[in-house]
Amino acid sequence: MKIDKNTINKIARLSRIKLDDKESEDYIKDLNSILDWVEQLNEVNTENVEPLSNISSSILPKREDVSKDTNSSEEILENAPDKLEGFFAVPKVVE
Amino acid sequence: MPKSSLKQTLQDLESKKISIRELNQDYLKRIKEKENLNVFIHFNEENVLKQIDNLEKDNSTKKLKGIPIAIKDLFCTKSMPTTAASKILENFNPTYESFVTQKLLDEGSIFVGKTNLDEFAMGSATNTSFFGNTINPLSKENEPLAPGGSSGGSAAAVAADLCLGATGTDTGGSIRQPASFCGVVGIKPTYGLCSRWGIAAFASSLDQAGVFSHNVEDASILLESIAGFDQRDSTSAKVDIPNYFENLDDDLNGKTVGIPKEYSIDGTPMEISQIWEDAIKVLEKKGVKIKNISLPHTKYALPTYYIIAPAEASSNLARYDGVKYGFRSDEINSLDEMYENTRAQGFGREVKRRILIGTYVLSAGYYDAYYLKAQKVRKLIADDFNKAFKECDFIVTPTAPSAAFPLNEKQNDPIKMYLNDVFTVPASLAGLPGISIPFGKDKNNLPLGIQILGKHFDEQQVFNAAVSLERSYE
Repeated sequence: MKIDKNTINKIARLSRIKLDDKESEDYIKDLNSILDWVEQLNEVNTENVEPLSNISSSILPKREDVSKDTNSSEEILENAPDKLEGFFAVPKVVE
Repeated sequence: MPKSSLKQTLQDLESKKISIRELNQDYLKRIKEKENLNVFIHFNEENVLKQIDNLEKDNSTKKLKGIPIAIKDLFCTKSMPTTAASKILENFNPTYESFVTQKLLDEGSIFVGKTNLDEFAMGSATNTSFFGNTINPLSKENEPLAPGGSSGGSAAAVAADLCLGATGTDTGGSIRQPASFCGVVGIKPTYGLCSRWGIAAFASSLDQAGVFSHNVEDASILLESIAGFDQRDSTSAKVDIPNYFENLDDDLNGKTVGIPKEYSIDGTPMEISQIWEDAIKVLEKKGVKIKNISLPHTKYALPTYYIIAPAEASSNLARYDGVKYGFRSDEINSLDEMYENTRAQGFGREVKRRILIGTYVLSAGYYDAYYLKAQKVRKLIADDFNKAFKECDFIVTPTAPSAAFPLNEKQNDPIKMYLNDVFTVPASLAGLPGISIPFGKDKNNLPLGIQILGKHFDEQQVFNAAVSLERSYE
Protein backbone atom coordinates (compact mmCIF):
# COMPACT_ATOMS: atom_id res chain seq x y z
CA MET A 1 0.00 0.00 0.00
CA LYS A 2 1.52 3.27 -1.13
CA ILE A 3 -0.70 5.66 0.74
CA ASP A 4 -1.14 5.24 4.46
CA LYS A 5 -2.48 7.53 7.13
CA ASN A 6 0.79 9.46 7.41
CA THR A 7 1.12 9.95 3.67
CA ILE A 8 -2.45 11.15 3.22
CA ASN A 9 -1.98 13.62 6.04
CA LYS A 10 1.20 14.87 4.44
CA ILE A 11 -0.41 15.30 1.00
CA ALA A 12 -3.47 16.95 2.50
CA ARG A 13 -1.21 19.36 4.33
CA LEU A 14 0.75 20.14 1.14
CA SER A 15 -2.56 20.68 -0.67
CA ARG A 16 -3.90 22.89 2.14
CA ILE A 17 -7.04 20.80 2.40
CA LYS A 18 -8.28 19.78 5.83
CA LEU A 19 -9.57 16.21 5.90
CA ASP A 20 -11.64 14.58 8.63
CA ASP A 21 -10.99 10.95 9.61
CA LYS A 22 -13.74 9.54 7.45
CA GLU A 23 -12.51 11.45 4.39
CA SER A 24 -8.92 10.36 5.03
CA GLU A 25 -10.05 6.72 5.11
CA ASP A 26 -11.93 7.13 1.82
CA TYR A 27 -9.09 8.90 0.06
CA ILE A 28 -6.54 6.33 1.24
CA LYS A 29 -8.67 3.70 -0.46
CA ASP A 30 -9.28 5.75 -3.64
CA LEU A 31 -5.70 6.90 -4.06
CA ASN A 32 -4.28 3.45 -3.56
CA SER A 33 -6.56 1.95 -6.16
CA ILE A 34 -5.75 4.73 -8.63
CA LEU A 35 -2.00 4.41 -8.01
CA ASP A 36 -2.17 0.62 -8.40
CA TRP A 37 -3.95 1.15 -11.70
CA VAL A 38 -1.45 3.67 -13.10
CA GLU A 39 1.35 1.29 -12.12
CA GLN A 40 0.87 -0.38 -15.54
CA LEU A 41 2.91 2.45 -17.07
CA ASN A 42 5.98 0.67 -15.75
CA GLU A 43 5.47 -1.92 -18.50
CA VAL A 44 6.38 0.74 -21.06
CA ASN A 45 10.00 1.15 -22.00
CA THR A 46 10.67 4.88 -21.93
CA GLU A 47 14.43 4.79 -22.09
CA ASN A 48 15.71 7.72 -24.20
CA VAL A 49 12.20 9.13 -24.60
CA GLU A 50 11.92 12.88 -24.16
CA PRO A 51 9.11 13.90 -21.79
CA LEU A 52 6.40 15.78 -23.64
CA SER A 53 5.16 18.91 -21.91
CA ASN A 54 3.90 21.02 -24.79
CA ILE A 55 1.93 19.25 -27.47
CA SER A 56 1.48 22.23 -29.74
CA SER A 57 2.98 21.61 -33.16
CA SER A 58 2.88 25.27 -34.06
CA ILE A 59 5.79 27.55 -33.33
CA LEU A 60 4.71 29.71 -30.47
CA PRO A 61 5.31 33.33 -31.30
CA LYS A 62 7.02 35.70 -28.92
CA ARG A 63 5.21 38.88 -28.13
CA GLU A 64 6.79 42.25 -28.20
CA ASP A 65 8.37 43.17 -24.90
CA VAL A 66 6.46 46.32 -24.13
CA SER A 67 5.06 47.26 -20.79
CA LYS A 68 1.44 48.16 -20.40
CA ASP A 69 0.01 50.10 -17.53
CA THR A 70 -3.36 48.69 -16.66
CA ASN A 71 -4.10 50.22 -13.32
CA SER A 72 -6.78 47.73 -12.40
CA SER A 73 -6.35 47.25 -8.67
CA GLU A 74 -9.99 48.05 -8.06
CA GLU A 75 -11.08 45.41 -10.54
CA ILE A 76 -8.67 42.91 -9.05
CA LEU A 77 -10.01 43.50 -5.56
CA GLU A 78 -13.63 43.44 -6.63
CA ASN A 79 -14.15 39.76 -5.80
CA ALA A 80 -11.98 39.63 -2.69
CA PRO A 81 -13.72 38.08 0.33
CA ASP A 82 -11.99 40.67 2.53
CA LYS A 83 -10.05 43.79 1.61
CA LEU A 84 -8.61 46.81 3.35
CA GLU A 85 -7.37 50.07 1.85
CA GLY A 86 -6.47 48.66 -1.53
CA PHE A 87 -5.10 45.34 -0.24
CA PHE A 88 -6.34 41.80 0.19
CA ALA A 89 -6.98 41.19 3.87
CA VAL A 90 -6.14 37.91 5.64
CA PRO A 91 -6.02 36.77 9.28
CA LYS A 92 -3.13 38.14 11.28
CA VAL A 93 0.12 36.33 10.39
CA VAL A 94 2.65 37.90 12.79
CA GLU A 95 1.83 38.22 16.48
CA MET B 1 -41.76 22.34 -34.09
CA PRO B 2 -38.73 20.59 -35.61
CA LYS B 3 -35.35 21.85 -34.46
CA SER B 4 -34.05 24.57 -36.71
CA SER B 5 -30.38 24.66 -37.56
CA LEU B 6 -28.15 27.65 -36.95
CA LYS B 7 -27.53 27.98 -40.66
CA GLN B 8 -31.26 27.93 -41.50
CA THR B 9 -31.97 30.42 -38.71
CA LEU B 10 -29.37 32.83 -40.06
CA GLN B 11 -31.15 32.69 -43.41
CA ASP B 12 -34.55 33.20 -41.76
CA LEU B 13 -33.24 36.22 -39.88
CA GLU B 14 -31.67 37.59 -43.03
CA SER B 15 -34.88 37.25 -45.05
CA LYS B 16 -36.87 38.69 -42.11
CA LYS B 17 -38.95 35.54 -41.89
CA ILE B 18 -38.37 35.83 -38.16
CA SER B 19 -37.07 38.63 -35.96
CA ILE B 20 -34.31 38.37 -33.38
CA ARG B 21 -36.90 38.96 -30.68
CA GLU B 22 -39.32 36.30 -31.91
CA LEU B 23 -36.51 33.82 -32.30
CA ASN B 24 -35.11 34.31 -28.83
CA GLN B 25 -38.50 34.43 -27.16
CA ASP B 26 -39.14 31.01 -28.58
CA TYR B 27 -35.93 29.77 -26.97
CA LEU B 28 -36.68 31.54 -23.68
CA LYS B 29 -40.03 29.80 -23.55
CA ARG B 30 -38.43 26.39 -23.99
CA ILE B 31 -35.72 27.13 -21.44
CA LYS B 32 -38.42 27.87 -18.86
CA GLU B 33 -40.39 24.75 -19.78
CA LYS B 34 -37.31 22.57 -19.36
CA GLU B 35 -36.12 23.94 -16.02
CA ASN B 36 -36.35 20.45 -14.49
CA LEU B 37 -33.38 19.30 -16.57
CA ASN B 38 -31.12 21.63 -14.55
CA VAL B 39 -29.19 22.60 -17.66
CA PHE B 40 -28.27 26.09 -16.49
CA ILE B 41 -26.37 27.25 -13.42
CA HIS B 42 -27.21 30.81 -14.36
CA PHE B 43 -30.23 31.87 -16.35
CA ASN B 44 -31.69 35.38 -16.23
CA GLU B 45 -34.47 36.27 -18.62
CA GLU B 46 -33.99 40.02 -18.08
CA ASN B 47 -30.39 39.71 -19.15
CA VAL B 48 -31.41 37.98 -22.39
CA LEU B 49 -34.08 40.60 -23.11
CA LYS B 50 -31.51 43.33 -22.58
CA GLN B 51 -29.23 41.72 -25.14
CA ILE B 52 -32.12 41.58 -27.61
CA ASP B 53 -32.84 45.30 -27.02
CA ASN B 54 -29.21 46.18 -27.69
CA LEU B 55 -29.00 44.12 -30.87
CA GLU B 56 -32.19 45.65 -32.22
CA LYS B 57 -30.54 49.05 -32.01
CA ASP B 58 -27.42 47.77 -33.75
CA ASN B 59 -27.44 48.21 -37.53
CA SER B 60 -24.13 46.57 -38.34
CA THR B 61 -23.92 43.16 -39.97
CA LYS B 62 -22.58 40.47 -37.72
CA LYS B 63 -22.07 36.83 -38.48
CA LEU B 64 -24.06 35.39 -35.59
CA LYS B 65 -26.36 38.32 -34.99
CA GLY B 66 -29.22 37.29 -32.70
CA ILE B 67 -28.23 33.63 -32.45
CA PRO B 68 -28.94 32.15 -28.99
CA ILE B 69 -25.82 30.49 -27.59
CA ALA B 70 -25.31 28.72 -24.24
CA ILE B 71 -21.97 29.12 -22.46
CA LYS B 72 -20.34 26.45 -20.32
CA ASP B 73 -19.92 27.96 -16.87
CA LEU B 74 -16.16 27.59 -17.06
CA PHE B 75 -15.80 30.60 -19.38
CA CYS B 76 -15.50 33.93 -17.59
CA THR B 77 -18.25 36.32 -18.62
CA LYS B 78 -18.68 39.89 -17.47
CA SER B 79 -22.44 39.86 -17.86
CA MET B 80 -23.01 36.67 -15.85
CA PRO B 81 -21.42 35.05 -12.79
CA THR B 82 -18.91 32.25 -13.39
CA THR B 83 -18.80 29.33 -10.95
CA ALA B 84 -16.99 26.40 -12.61
CA ALA B 85 -19.81 24.48 -10.86
CA SER B 86 -17.93 24.88 -7.59
CA LYS B 87 -18.93 26.26 -4.23
CA ILE B 88 -15.53 27.92 -4.11
CA LEU B 89 -16.58 30.25 -6.97
CA GLU B 90 -20.26 30.42 -6.05
CA ASN B 91 -20.31 34.23 -5.96
CA PHE B 92 -17.61 35.02 -8.48
CA ASN B 93 -18.34 37.83 -10.94
CA PRO B 94 -15.52 38.08 -13.45
CA THR B 95 -14.30 41.56 -14.29
CA TYR B 96 -13.12 40.39 -17.69
CA GLU B 97 -14.45 38.40 -20.64
CA SER B 98 -12.90 35.16 -21.92
CA PHE B 99 -11.40 35.25 -25.42
CA VAL B 100 -13.94 32.77 -26.78
CA THR B 101 -17.02 34.48 -25.35
CA GLN B 102 -15.72 37.87 -26.48
CA LYS B 103 -15.47 36.54 -30.03
CA LEU B 104 -19.05 35.30 -29.84
CA LEU B 105 -20.22 38.65 -28.48
CA ASP B 106 -18.36 40.47 -31.25
CA GLU B 107 -20.25 38.35 -33.78
CA GLY B 108 -23.54 39.44 -32.23
CA SER B 109 -24.66 36.22 -30.56
CA ILE B 110 -26.98 36.24 -27.57
CA PHE B 111 -25.94 34.40 -24.39
CA VAL B 112 -28.94 32.59 -23.01
CA GLY B 113 -27.19 31.38 -19.87
CA LYS B 114 -24.30 29.54 -18.23
CA THR B 115 -24.50 25.78 -18.42
CA ASN B 116 -23.86 23.17 -15.77
CA LEU B 117 -20.73 21.03 -15.74
CA ASP B 118 -18.73 18.75 -13.51
CA GLU B 119 -16.98 20.80 -10.86
CA PHE B 120 -13.94 22.38 -12.56
CA ALA B 121 -14.69 20.09 -15.52
CA MET B 122 -13.64 17.02 -13.54
CA GLY B 123 -16.03 14.24 -14.35
CA SER B 124 -17.88 12.37 -17.07
CA ALA B 125 -21.52 12.69 -16.02
CA THR B 126 -22.10 16.28 -14.87
CA ASN B 127 -22.77 14.79 -11.43
CA THR B 128 -19.91 16.40 -9.49
CA SER B 129 -21.44 19.88 -9.87
CA PHE B 130 -22.12 21.83 -6.67
CA PHE B 131 -25.39 22.85 -8.34
CA GLY B 132 -26.75 19.33 -8.81
CA ASN B 133 -27.00 16.91 -11.73
CA THR B 134 -28.06 17.84 -15.20
CA ILE B 135 -30.57 15.40 -16.65
CA ASN B 136 -30.08 14.14 -20.18
CA PRO B 137 -33.04 15.48 -22.23
CA LEU B 138 -33.36 12.06 -23.89
CA SER B 139 -34.27 10.40 -20.56
CA LYS B 140 -37.58 8.60 -20.22
CA GLU B 141 -39.82 9.66 -17.39
CA ASN B 142 -38.58 8.39 -13.99
CA GLU B 143 -35.43 6.97 -15.54
CA PRO B 144 -33.06 9.94 -15.55
CA LEU B 145 -29.92 9.48 -17.61
CA ALA B 146 -26.60 11.26 -17.34
CA PRO B 147 -25.83 13.76 -20.10
CA GLY B 148 -22.15 12.84 -20.00
CA GLY B 149 -19.55 15.30 -18.90
CA SER B 150 -17.94 17.46 -18.13
CA SER B 151 -19.74 19.77 -20.60
CA GLY B 152 -23.05 17.96 -19.93
CA GLY B 153 -25.10 21.15 -19.53
CA SER B 154 -23.99 22.49 -22.91
CA ALA B 155 -24.65 19.17 -24.69
CA ALA B 156 -28.07 18.93 -23.02
CA ALA B 157 -28.86 22.56 -23.92
CA VAL B 158 -28.37 21.80 -27.61
CA ALA B 159 -30.15 18.44 -27.41
CA ALA B 160 -33.20 20.01 -25.71
CA ASP B 161 -33.14 22.83 -28.29
CA LEU B 162 -32.58 25.54 -25.68
CA CYS B 163 -30.01 27.25 -27.94
CA LEU B 164 -28.57 26.96 -31.45
CA GLY B 165 -25.07 26.22 -30.24
CA ALA B 166 -23.06 26.01 -27.06
CA THR B 167 -19.48 26.32 -25.95
CA GLY B 168 -17.66 23.52 -24.17
CA THR B 169 -14.19 22.62 -23.05
CA ASP B 170 -12.52 19.28 -23.57
CA THR B 171 -9.58 18.07 -21.49
CA GLY B 172 -9.95 14.31 -21.94
CA GLY B 173 -13.26 14.00 -23.75
CA SER B 174 -15.48 16.59 -22.07
CA ILE B 175 -17.02 17.75 -25.34
CA ARG B 176 -17.05 14.57 -27.40
CA GLN B 177 -18.43 12.18 -24.78
CA PRO B 178 -21.44 14.34 -23.75
CA ALA B 179 -22.12 15.06 -27.44
CA SER B 180 -22.34 11.33 -27.97
CA PHE B 181 -24.58 10.82 -24.89
CA CYS B 182 -26.98 13.60 -25.92
CA GLY B 183 -27.09 12.88 -29.65
CA VAL B 184 -25.55 16.16 -30.81
CA VAL B 185 -22.40 17.22 -32.64
CA GLY B 186 -19.40 18.27 -30.54
CA ILE B 187 -15.93 19.26 -31.71
CA LYS B 188 -12.71 19.70 -29.78
CA PRO B 189 -10.24 21.42 -32.09
CA THR B 190 -6.46 21.13 -32.10
CA TYR B 191 -4.75 22.18 -28.87
CA GLY B 192 -3.93 25.85 -29.32
CA LEU B 193 -6.61 26.71 -31.91
CA CYS B 194 -8.83 28.59 -29.45
CA SER B 195 -7.30 30.72 -26.75
CA ARG B 196 -7.66 29.48 -23.17
CA TRP B 197 -7.72 33.06 -21.89
CA GLY B 198 -10.54 33.44 -19.38
CA ILE B 199 -11.36 29.74 -19.07
CA ALA B 200 -10.99 28.44 -15.51
CA ALA B 201 -7.95 26.19 -15.88
CA PHE B 202 -8.12 22.46 -15.16
CA ALA B 203 -5.12 20.86 -16.95
CA SER B 204 -3.43 23.51 -19.03
CA SER B 205 -1.53 21.23 -21.39
CA LEU B 206 -4.80 19.54 -22.38
CA ASP B 207 -7.64 22.07 -21.96
CA GLN B 208 -9.19 23.20 -25.22
CA ALA B 209 -12.39 25.08 -26.03
CA GLY B 210 -14.85 23.84 -28.62
CA VAL B 211 -18.53 23.84 -29.57
CA PHE B 212 -21.75 21.83 -29.61
CA SER B 213 -24.39 22.12 -32.32
CA HIS B 214 -27.29 20.35 -33.98
CA ASN B 215 -25.25 19.39 -37.03
CA VAL B 216 -21.80 19.52 -38.61
CA GLU B 217 -22.44 22.61 -40.75
CA ASP B 218 -23.41 24.58 -37.66
CA ALA B 219 -20.32 23.36 -35.82
CA SER B 220 -18.13 24.54 -38.70
CA ILE B 221 -19.69 28.01 -38.53
CA LEU B 222 -19.31 28.25 -34.75
CA LEU B 223 -15.76 26.94 -34.55
CA GLU B 224 -14.56 29.47 -37.07
CA SER B 225 -16.08 32.18 -34.88
CA ILE B 226 -14.22 31.21 -31.71
CA ALA B 227 -10.83 30.22 -33.15
CA GLY B 228 -7.84 32.52 -33.45
CA PHE B 229 -4.56 33.68 -32.05
CA ASP B 230 -4.41 35.47 -28.71
CA GLN B 231 -1.18 36.63 -27.13
CA ARG B 232 -2.63 36.31 -23.62
CA ASP B 233 -2.50 32.51 -23.95
CA SER B 234 1.13 31.46 -24.36
CA THR B 235 0.14 28.25 -26.16
CA SER B 236 -2.27 29.93 -28.55
CA ALA B 237 -1.29 29.06 -32.13
CA LYS B 238 -0.73 31.63 -34.83
CA VAL B 239 -2.36 29.78 -37.69
CA ASP B 240 -4.72 30.84 -40.45
CA ILE B 241 -8.32 29.94 -39.71
CA PRO B 242 -9.99 28.68 -42.87
CA ASN B 243 -13.63 29.30 -43.60
CA TYR B 244 -14.58 25.79 -42.54
CA PHE B 245 -18.18 26.18 -43.62
CA GLU B 246 -17.49 27.53 -47.12
CA ASN B 247 -14.86 24.86 -47.62
CA LEU B 248 -17.05 21.94 -46.52
CA ASP B 249 -16.71 19.13 -49.02
CA ASP B 250 -18.39 15.77 -48.52
CA ASP B 251 -16.56 14.14 -51.41
CA LEU B 252 -14.07 11.82 -49.74
CA ASN B 253 -13.15 9.87 -52.86
CA GLY B 254 -9.48 8.90 -52.78
CA LYS B 255 -9.00 9.70 -49.09
CA THR B 256 -7.71 7.14 -46.62
CA VAL B 257 -9.28 6.44 -43.26
CA GLY B 258 -7.27 4.83 -40.47
CA ILE B 259 -8.97 2.23 -38.29
CA PRO B 260 -6.93 1.62 -35.14
CA LYS B 261 -7.10 -2.00 -34.03
CA GLU B 262 -6.39 -1.08 -30.41
CA TYR B 263 -9.82 0.57 -30.18
CA SER B 264 -11.50 -2.83 -30.33
CA ILE B 265 -11.69 -3.30 -26.60
CA ASP B 266 -12.99 -6.37 -24.78
CA GLY B 267 -16.34 -5.67 -23.25
CA THR B 268 -17.38 -3.00 -25.73
CA PRO B 269 -21.09 -3.52 -26.40
CA MET B 270 -21.96 -5.16 -29.73
CA GLU B 271 -23.98 -2.13 -30.79
CA ILE B 272 -20.93 0.09 -30.57
CA SER B 273 -18.78 -2.25 -32.63
CA GLN B 274 -21.70 -2.40 -35.07
CA ILE B 275 -22.00 1.37 -35.64
CA TRP B 276 -18.23 1.52 -36.05
CA GLU B 277 -18.43 -1.12 -38.80
CA ASP B 278 -21.40 0.67 -40.35
CA ALA B 279 -19.46 3.93 -40.50
CA ILE B 280 -16.52 2.17 -42.14
CA LYS B 281 -18.83 0.61 -44.73
CA VAL B 282 -20.37 3.98 -45.54
CA LEU B 283 -16.91 5.46 -46.04
CA GLU B 284 -15.87 2.54 -48.24
CA LYS B 285 -18.89 3.14 -50.48
CA LYS B 286 -17.78 6.75 -50.84
CA GLY B 287 -14.49 5.66 -52.32
CA VAL B 288 -12.48 6.00 -49.11
CA LYS B 289 -9.59 3.58 -48.74
CA ILE B 290 -9.71 1.65 -45.48
CA LYS B 291 -6.36 1.30 -43.75
CA ASN B 292 -5.89 -0.78 -40.63
CA ILE B 293 -3.51 1.12 -38.41
CA SER B 294 -1.91 0.50 -35.06
CA LEU B 295 -1.63 2.91 -32.14
CA PRO B 296 0.28 0.55 -29.86
CA HIS B 297 0.33 2.69 -26.71
CA THR B 298 -3.43 3.26 -26.63
CA LYS B 299 -3.99 1.20 -23.49
CA TYR B 300 -1.60 3.44 -21.55
CA ALA B 301 -3.42 6.64 -22.45
CA LEU B 302 -5.87 6.58 -19.53
CA PRO B 303 -3.33 5.98 -16.76
CA THR B 304 -1.09 8.61 -18.37
CA TYR B 305 -3.95 11.07 -18.42
CA TYR B 306 -4.87 10.36 -14.80
CA ILE B 307 -1.37 11.34 -13.72
CA ILE B 308 -0.89 14.40 -15.93
CA ALA B 309 -4.35 15.94 -15.56
CA PRO B 310 -4.50 15.79 -11.73
CA ALA B 311 -0.90 16.99 -11.48
CA GLU B 312 -1.68 20.09 -13.52
CA ALA B 313 -4.99 20.52 -11.71
CA SER B 314 -3.32 20.46 -8.29
CA SER B 315 -1.11 23.29 -9.44
CA ASN B 316 -3.84 25.29 -11.21
CA LEU B 317 -6.29 25.00 -8.34
CA ALA B 318 -3.78 26.28 -5.80
CA ARG B 319 -5.07 29.75 -6.66
CA TYR B 320 -8.35 29.09 -4.83
CA ASP B 321 -7.17 30.05 -1.38
CA GLY B 322 -9.93 32.28 -0.05
CA VAL B 323 -7.85 35.44 -0.51
CA LYS B 324 -8.30 36.85 -3.99
CA TYR B 325 -11.81 35.80 -4.97
CA GLY B 326 -14.48 33.27 -4.23
CA PHE B 327 -15.52 31.54 -1.05
CA ARG B 328 -13.74 31.96 2.28
CA SER B 329 -14.49 29.76 5.28
CA ASP B 330 -15.71 31.36 8.52
CA GLU B 331 -13.33 29.27 10.63
CA ILE B 332 -10.18 31.31 10.22
CA ASN B 333 -8.13 31.61 13.37
CA SER B 334 -4.88 31.58 11.41
CA LEU B 335 -3.82 31.97 7.80
CA ASP B 336 -3.16 28.24 7.39
CA GLU B 337 -6.46 27.36 8.96
CA MET B 338 -8.15 29.76 6.55
CA TYR B 339 -6.57 28.03 3.54
CA GLU B 340 -7.28 24.53 4.80
CA ASN B 341 -10.88 25.15 5.80
CA THR B 342 -11.67 27.24 2.74
CA ARG B 343 -10.45 24.51 0.42
CA ALA B 344 -11.96 21.69 2.49
CA GLN B 345 -15.38 23.34 2.42
CA GLY B 346 -15.13 24.93 -1.03
CA PHE B 347 -14.11 21.93 -3.15
CA GLY B 348 -16.18 18.83 -3.76
CA ARG B 349 -15.07 15.25 -3.37
CA GLU B 350 -13.82 14.53 -6.90
CA VAL B 351 -11.89 17.80 -7.10
CA LYS B 352 -10.19 17.09 -3.77
CA ARG B 353 -9.39 13.56 -4.90
CA ARG B 354 -7.64 14.91 -7.98
CA ILE B 355 -5.78 17.62 -6.09
CA LEU B 356 -4.51 15.00 -3.64
CA ILE B 357 -3.44 12.60 -6.40
CA GLY B 358 -1.80 15.45 -8.29
CA THR B 359 0.03 16.69 -5.23
CA TYR B 360 1.26 13.18 -4.53
CA VAL B 361 2.62 12.52 -8.04
CA LEU B 362 4.40 15.88 -8.04
CA SER B 363 5.82 15.54 -4.53
CA ALA B 364 9.49 15.05 -3.78
CA GLY B 365 10.60 11.48 -4.41
CA TYR B 366 7.64 10.58 -6.63
CA TYR B 367 7.93 13.13 -9.43
CA ASP B 368 10.14 10.98 -11.67
CA ALA B 369 8.26 7.76 -11.05
CA TYR B 370 4.87 9.22 -11.90
CA TYR B 371 4.78 12.63 -13.57
CA LEU B 372 7.94 12.36 -15.64
CA LYS B 373 7.11 8.78 -16.58
CA ALA B 374 3.64 9.86 -17.73
CA GLN B 375 5.09 12.68 -19.83
CA LYS B 376 7.36 10.18 -21.56
CA VAL B 377 4.50 7.80 -22.29
CA ARG B 378 2.57 10.80 -23.56
CA LYS B 379 5.35 11.34 -26.09
CA LEU B 380 5.02 7.75 -27.28
CA ILE B 381 1.24 8.15 -27.63
CA ALA B 382 1.69 11.33 -29.68
CA ASP B 383 4.32 9.58 -31.82
CA ASP B 384 1.89 6.72 -32.49
CA PHE B 385 -0.52 9.21 -34.05
CA ASN B 386 2.19 11.01 -36.02
CA LYS B 387 3.21 7.70 -37.54
CA ALA B 388 -0.37 6.66 -38.26
CA PHE B 389 -1.15 9.95 -39.99
CA LYS B 390 1.61 9.26 -42.51
CA GLU B 391 -0.67 6.51 -43.82
CA CYS B 392 -4.13 8.03 -43.51
CA ASP B 393 -5.99 11.34 -43.74
CA PHE B 394 -8.25 10.85 -40.76
CA ILE B 395 -9.11 8.24 -38.14
CA VAL B 396 -12.54 6.89 -37.25
CA THR B 397 -13.45 5.29 -33.89
CA PRO B 398 -16.45 5.10 -31.56
CA THR B 399 -16.72 8.12 -29.24
CA ALA B 400 -17.62 6.39 -25.98
CA PRO B 401 -17.78 2.79 -24.75
CA SER B 402 -21.49 3.08 -23.90
CA ALA B 403 -24.65 5.08 -24.53
CA ALA B 404 -25.87 7.45 -21.79
CA PHE B 405 -25.98 5.58 -18.47
CA PRO B 406 -28.41 6.12 -15.59
CA LEU B 407 -27.60 9.11 -13.41
CA ASN B 408 -25.13 8.32 -10.64
CA GLU B 409 -24.58 4.75 -11.80
CA LYS B 410 -20.80 4.92 -11.81
CA GLN B 411 -20.18 7.32 -8.99
CA ASN B 412 -18.57 5.01 -6.45
CA ASP B 413 -15.67 3.61 -8.42
CA PRO B 414 -13.38 6.33 -9.81
CA ILE B 415 -11.56 4.04 -12.23
CA LYS B 416 -14.80 2.74 -13.72
CA MET B 417 -15.86 6.34 -14.25
CA TYR B 418 -12.52 7.20 -15.86
CA LEU B 419 -13.02 4.42 -18.44
CA ASN B 420 -15.69 6.54 -20.13
CA ASP B 421 -12.88 8.49 -21.71
CA VAL B 422 -11.06 5.49 -23.13
CA PHE B 423 -11.63 6.50 -26.79
CA THR B 424 -11.29 10.26 -26.33
CA VAL B 425 -8.25 10.63 -24.06
CA PRO B 426 -5.52 9.46 -26.50
CA ALA B 427 -6.28 12.29 -28.98
CA SER B 428 -6.35 14.78 -26.11
CA LEU B 429 -2.89 13.72 -25.03
CA ALA B 430 -1.72 14.14 -28.63
CA GLY B 431 -3.47 17.52 -28.99
CA LEU B 432 -5.42 16.39 -32.05
CA PRO B 433 -8.77 17.70 -33.28
CA GLY B 434 -11.71 15.36 -32.78
CA ILE B 435 -15.42 15.53 -33.46
CA SER B 436 -18.26 13.35 -32.26
CA ILE B 437 -21.33 13.00 -34.45
CA PRO B 438 -24.50 11.02 -33.72
CA PHE B 439 -24.39 7.75 -35.63
CA GLY B 440 -26.86 4.97 -34.87
CA LYS B 441 -28.79 3.97 -31.76
CA ASP B 442 -28.51 1.30 -29.12
CA LYS B 443 -31.26 -1.18 -28.23
CA ASN B 444 -32.96 1.37 -25.96
CA ASN B 445 -33.04 3.83 -28.85
CA LEU B 446 -30.36 6.01 -27.27
CA PRO B 447 -27.92 7.75 -29.61
CA LEU B 448 -24.36 6.53 -30.11
CA GLY B 449 -21.47 8.59 -31.39
CA ILE B 450 -18.72 8.19 -33.96
CA GLN B 451 -15.47 10.05 -33.40
CA ILE B 452 -13.35 11.42 -36.24
CA LEU B 453 -9.78 12.48 -35.50
CA GLY B 454 -7.53 14.54 -37.75
CA LYS B 455 -4.02 15.87 -37.98
CA HIS B 456 -2.99 18.97 -36.06
CA PHE B 457 -4.88 22.00 -37.40
CA ASP B 458 -6.64 19.88 -40.03
CA GLU B 459 -10.12 20.65 -38.69
CA GLN B 460 -11.27 20.99 -42.29
CA GLN B 461 -10.63 17.31 -42.99
CA VAL B 462 -12.41 16.39 -39.75
CA PHE B 463 -15.44 18.48 -40.75
CA ASN B 464 -15.44 17.07 -44.29
CA ALA B 465 -15.42 13.48 -43.09
CA ALA B 466 -18.06 14.30 -40.47
CA VAL B 467 -20.41 16.05 -42.88
CA SER B 468 -20.04 13.20 -45.33
CA LEU B 469 -20.94 10.59 -42.70
CA GLU B 470 -23.75 12.75 -41.38
CA ARG B 471 -25.34 13.24 -44.79
CA SER B 472 -25.28 9.54 -45.55
CA TYR B 473 -26.79 8.71 -42.17
CA GLU B 474 -29.71 11.13 -42.34
